[in-house]
Amino acid sequence: MNVQYMSALIAVVVLGFLAYIGTEFLGLNSLFGIFIPYLAVCFFLVGAILKVMKWAKSPVPFRIPTTCGQQKSLDWIEQNKIDNPSTTPGVIARMFFEVLLFRSLFRNTKAGIKEGKITYEWEIFLWVGALAFHYSFLTVLVRHMRFFLEPVPGLIGIVETLDGFFQVGTPGVLLSGVVLLGAVLFLLSRRLLIPQVRYISLMADYFPLFLIIGIAGTGIYMRYFARVDVVAIKQLAMSLVTLHPAIPQNVTVSGILYVHLFLVSVLFAYFPLSKLMHMGGVFLSPTRNLANNSRMERHINPWNPDLKFHTYEAYENDFREKMIEAGLPVEKEA
Amino acid sequence: MTNDKPKIIAGLVIFVLIATSPVWLNRGKTKEAPTPVMAAEATAKGYCVMPKAEMKAKHMKVLDGWRNSVVRNGQRVYVNESGKQFTMSLSNTCLECHTNKAEFCDKCHVYASVNPYCWDCHVDPKEK
Ligand code: HEC
Ligand code: HEC
Ligand code: HEC
Ligand code: HEM
Repeated sequence: MNVQYMSALIAVVVLGFLAYIGTEFLGLNSLFGIFIPYLAVCFFLVGAILKVMKWAKSPVPFRIPTTCGQQKSLDWIEQNKIDNPSTTPGVIARMFFEVLLFRSLFRNTKAGIKEGKITYEWEIFLWVGALAFHYSFLTVLVRHMRFFLEPVPGLIGIVETLDGFFQVGTPGVLLSGVVLLGAVLFLLSRRLLIPQVRYISLMADYFPLFLIIGIAGTGIYMRYFARVDVVAIKQLAMSLVTLHPAIPQNVTVSGILYVHLFLVSVLFAYFPLSKLMHMGGVFLSPTRNLANNSRMERHINPWNPDLKFHTYEAYENDFREKMIEAGLPVEKEA
Repeated sequence: MTNDKPKIIAGLVIFVLIATSPVWLNRGKTKEAPTPVMAAEATAKGYCVMPKAEMKAKHMKVLDGWRNSVVRNGQRVYVNESGKQFTMSLSNTCLECHTNKAEFCDKCHVYASVNPYCWDCHVDPKEK
């Protein structure tokens, strides 16, 4: 037992019950179905923009890319153009692999002790888990657009067909939803089971994990077990995005949907305040988005105070005769 | 030092456009949910396999149960909660009452973006 994950778990369970009790017993459907989702989206957009603007204000006078390969040097030394880029196209290539394939995480190593020596082993599973998690999340989000668009674009139908490739049962099993839940559970178990990782894990690390487990869990429960009236839910979702919000009448929108929606709202509202902002942060990382050209261009700190320096040139001008007399070497003869 | 403000603002604009895409793709229009048209044959009978609210959400589960029962156990008769008997068949039972697949089944399915592959093999008796 550990206060960090227990408090995060309890927080998510309490939030889920709040939405369930609020809509099933207290009739607060408009609160959980309309006001909170709208508020959450506003929070998300405004919060994310403010955060990025705040980061954008930080000056980055010097080049501080992490270099993971040979930098540009003499012609006969081969440069690693992606891991140590010296030009903008190189940086774009590096960012492409970083953002879409998590290249730096791919290099993850694990320290250990073998035969009394410190060893570093390549550890690929965090990368695999992270990639599976992010891409299944993206696919689920894209597929969910069927609730928010009318008519539904054909592309979403294609994604659905591919995702339901195995045609298991009805409604057909969608792989991405299952992979999403599996991947978050893997990422959680990593934090819980590896002592070193557990030691540095805080509530802020567990909370989004439990939140996403709650979201994926309720979603899977709705689709494969409870079965909910999807047409009624799409009516609610469409009313939200067409800015004519209304809880559908004469049909039941299940309480579980409100739990699902409320946890999503919490995730969105929490997003700008949390480590989840790495979604925007990865683009603004000076260790990734700068070309390593410090040896080709001089980068001057723009807020250097305007000090009066006595340069060596001026010093030599002052003392040239005396220096020559004393037999000291000078740069410019008299 | 370069000034990255234009790049960052462009990035934020793209972010907001993507995040709000459902709003501007629908352009604030209200869109009614479809009302599946009940065929005369169904209305005449007046009952479905399960109560309406349950059918709405669970009809695909019923079909899955029927399929497994027929194909795996050779058991073709289903008795519902109120004791009525049905032959477990997609084309011969469901579509016997719901004779208007296009106006009934498909109406919802297009709205919810589901495209049951059942019709690759099973037929709509009317289309034959
Ligand atoms: C009230 C609207 C409605 C009507 C009418 C309706 N369906 Fe559906 N059906 C749905 C929805 C919504 C889904 C998808 C549920 C989901 O995505 O969870 C669905 C899913 C299905 C599926 C599973 C598809 C898959 O691949 O997962 C089958 C099979 C199906 N319906 C058959 C039928 C048949 C046959 C009829 C007509 C006799 C019919 N439905 C009428 C709303 C409807
Ligand atoms: C590859 C072709 C194929 C596909 C696709 C298919 N079926 Fe069938 N289905 C069959 C065959 C063959 C039988 C056996 C017919 C029999 O024994 O009467 C059958 C039987 C059934 C039966 C019971 C018998 C009857 O007359 O309907 C049901 C119900 C059924 N399928 C539902 C479905 C549903 C729902 C889907 C879509 C989710 C589906 N099937 C997709 C081939 C298919
Ligand atoms: C004996 C005729 C009959 C049969 C067989 C039948 N239905 Fe129905 N179905 C009806 C009637 C009548 C209603 C409307 C019930 C009501 O209004 O209470 C209905 C309602 C429905 C609804 C809800 C429609 C809505 O407006 O929300 C769905 C979905 C549905 N049926 C699907 C099916 C499927 C799938 C099958 C085959 C497994 C099937 N039905 C078999 C007569 C039938
Ligand atoms: C962060 C955003 C969200 C995530 C990660 C998420 C995740 C999931 C998952 C994993 C499923 C299981 C089925 C599948 O794989 O598609 C699901 C189902 C579902 N979700 Fe979400 N969801 C999100 C947002 C929403 C929102 C905003 C709504 C509101 C309309 C919603 C409504 C539903 C419904 C109705 C189902 C059941 C679908 C069905 O029966 O086919 N979800 N969700």
